[in-house]
Amino acid sequence: MNLWNTIATGFREILAHKFRSLLTMLGIILGVSSLVAMSATVKGMENGLKEALEEAGGLRAIRIEYEDDLPLRQRHLADQATGITMHDVYALQQSAPLARRITPLIEMWGFRRGALARFGGRRTRPYKFAGTWPDVLTIEQHELAYGRMFNAFDDEEARSVCVIGTDVRDDLFGSPEKLGREEIPIGKTITVNSQPLTIIGMFRHYESESFKKRKEALAKENEALIAAGKEPRNPRMRDEFIFRLKNSSIYIPLNTMLLKFRTAVHARAGADAQLTTLKMEIDDAKQLEPALQQARNVLMFTHKGIEDFAFRTREDDAGEITTSISDARRSGGIIAAISLIVGGIGIMNIMLASISERVREIGLRKAVGATTADVFVQILVESTVIAILGGLLGLLTSFGLIQLIENLTPESNAPMLTATPMIIAFACSVTIGVLAGLFPAIKASRLHPIQALRYS
Amino acid sequence: MSDSQESQRTILELRDITKVYQLGGEEIRALDGVSMKISEGEFMSIIGPSGSGKSTLMHILGCLDSPTSGTLNLDGQAIQNATPRQLANIRNRKIGFVFQFFNLLPKLNVLQNVELPMIYSGISARERQERCMNALKMVQLADRRKHRPAELSGGQQQRVAIARALVNNPRIIFADEPTGNLDSHTGELILDLFHNLHAEGRTLVLVTHDPTIAAITPRRIEIRDGKIATNVDRRLAGIEK
Ligand SMILES: Nc1ncnc2c1ncn2[C@@H]1O[C@H](COP(=O)(O)OP(=O)(O)OP(=O)(O)O)[C@@H](O)[C@H]1O
Ligand SMILES: [Mg+2]
Repeated sequence: MNLWNTIATGFREILAHKFRSLLTMLGIILGVSSLVAMSATVKGMENGLKEALEEAGGLRAIRIEYEDDLPLRQRHLADQATGITMHDVYALQQSAPLARRITPLIEMWGFRRGALARFGGRRTRPYKFAGTWPDVLTIEQHELAYGRMFNAFDDEEARSVCVIGTDVRDDLFGSPEKLGREEIPIGKTITVNSQPLTIIGMFRHYESESFKKRKEALAKENEALIAAGKEPRNPRMRDEFIFRLKNSSIYIPLNTMLLKFRTAVHARAGADAQLTTLKMEIDDAKQLEPALQQARNVLMFTHKGIEDFAFRTREDDAGEITTSISDARRSGGIIAAISLIVGGIGIMNIMLASISERVREIGLRKAVGATTADVFVQILVESTVIAILGGLLGLLTSFGLIQLIENLTPESNAPMLTATPMIIAFACSVTIGVLAGLFPAIKASRLHPIQALRYS
Repeated sequence: MSDSQESQRTILELRDITKVYQLGGEEIRALDGVSMKISEGEFMSIIGPSGSGKSTLMHILGCLDSPTSGTLNLDGQAIQNATPRQLANIRNRKIGFVFQFFNLLPKLNVLQNVELPMIYSGISARERQERCMNALKMVQLADRRKHRPAELSGGQQQRVAIARALVNNPRIIFADEPTGNLDSHTGELILDLFHNLHAEGRTLVLVTHDPTIAAITPRRIEIRDGKIATNVDRRLAGIEK
């Protein structure tokens, strides 16, 4: 018997019991779609996290923070801890050749007390208000869309200038969505904690790829809704934190911060200016370890051995990301594997029921000349066809499932469909179909023609 | 011994066939030491009361069932030594079987049912079609080829089963009660068909209850309690030919 006839027979059998076959496929459909959807979700998560990591300066950025929690053995030295100062900056510039763009920052975070910015009757609390050097542009991967960054002269003379993110502009001057045009507030003077600052530059608007895509999709959808005379949808959409943070920040020269915002930064009179953070960069992520060692040696010297500072690198975050992603992938994989196995058992169950229902048919086929192999292949093909159809339907379902997940996850983590999990899931479903068919096929092929024909 | 029988080649030879069924510790001897020879081109009937073992004998002759003991030789081949694959091949090509209860597949239409043996002998779709139509014309059911078995009368179903038995051009045809549930007109039609097949030179073995049908076949065997009670060959007795 040739294979086409066998496959045609298998299809006929499945079509004869459409509903039953569909129920049988359900396990496979669920297994395949959950496997594919899970992979897409994890992939989206990974992309979102990687993008955020990149946006925060990538693996080459190092942050040094003031750490008021001294190690236990140094607690008694707390009154001598100086914190991070300009002295450290100069020392690092001199003695840590692997570190580049060493940049001091005095940061005020909007989460606690923060700065209050006003223009006209409007006010906003930016996430971040920081005094720093122009190099911060490179280290934090900012890009100016309009105007210029403050320079060394602005810093030297402690000029009252600032560079802002687009969210600050939106809050103080109005957003392009509301105004219908883009407001460029260069040259306008705002106040921050009552100190006047003139805007000399504005960053570009930062957003993740997936957030952008979602926004465009929504705009299109709303256009269609408006064209149909319906209310446009306005769902709350928030991008990944790092993008929001970068948009909602105000930067001023370091000296301006030190002179105009003395109380706010608790600068101690006469003492070396105390910083909140120190940032730097290395040329090559591979040099991270030696560069950290160098910087550490320098700081241990300037701090007289008191460890009131801590290093933060993106490597820690990257490691965490990798483990959490593989965890998610593993647990998702287990769930999908279980439903595939359940699906396989379902197929086996139905095939067993189907052959005991068809004992007469099998007996007759053997009586007119079907060999053991013919019957074996016929049953195996049936279960394989069910599994393949289930796999295909599962792939279709996974598209819907991914659509659903897309509406539930944060935009920056939008699921991403890739070919590999689809191929793997499909291959698994076919394998399971074959395995599930083996036992019933063996059982059917061993039926004795006469026993089968007498059976009723 | 007449010359005519001497010249006929033996196609089936049974020697001391027994078939024992075990039912809850009790032995049922469905066949008890049956020996006989069937020559090529013979037309014979097997009669006997219900439960005497006719169907059991037919199934063993048709290589569908294996005896508990004894040997069966079909066309020079020792069946008790054949592999399952060889048996399937013999059933497929040499034997046509018309079952007591038709055994048509309800999900297939008439054409597909008749086609079934040829599917397992690897015949091309076009030739299958042609031979199916010929077989269906022989049983006068060509116009019903698209019907399902459930849409046919008992007699029509029986004729489909006969067409299926003929379609692969077998040398031997076994029919278990082919006229059992039919009116006399359809019964005659089927008997005419058997006469034609006999005239073509095929070997035919019928099982029947009906003495009038048994009377028309040249050779008649009667089975009682799994044993051959009488073996009448009218050609030997000089009644015919
Ligand atoms: N699978 C089986 N298990 C046990 N006993 C069986 C089995 N098949 C047949 N028998 C017994 O063997 C005997 C012969 O059965 P068989 O079917 O050959 O009778 P038959 O002559 O064809 O009868 P009928 O004319 O009613 O068709 C019966 O007593 C029957 O009960
Ligand atoms: Mg019988």
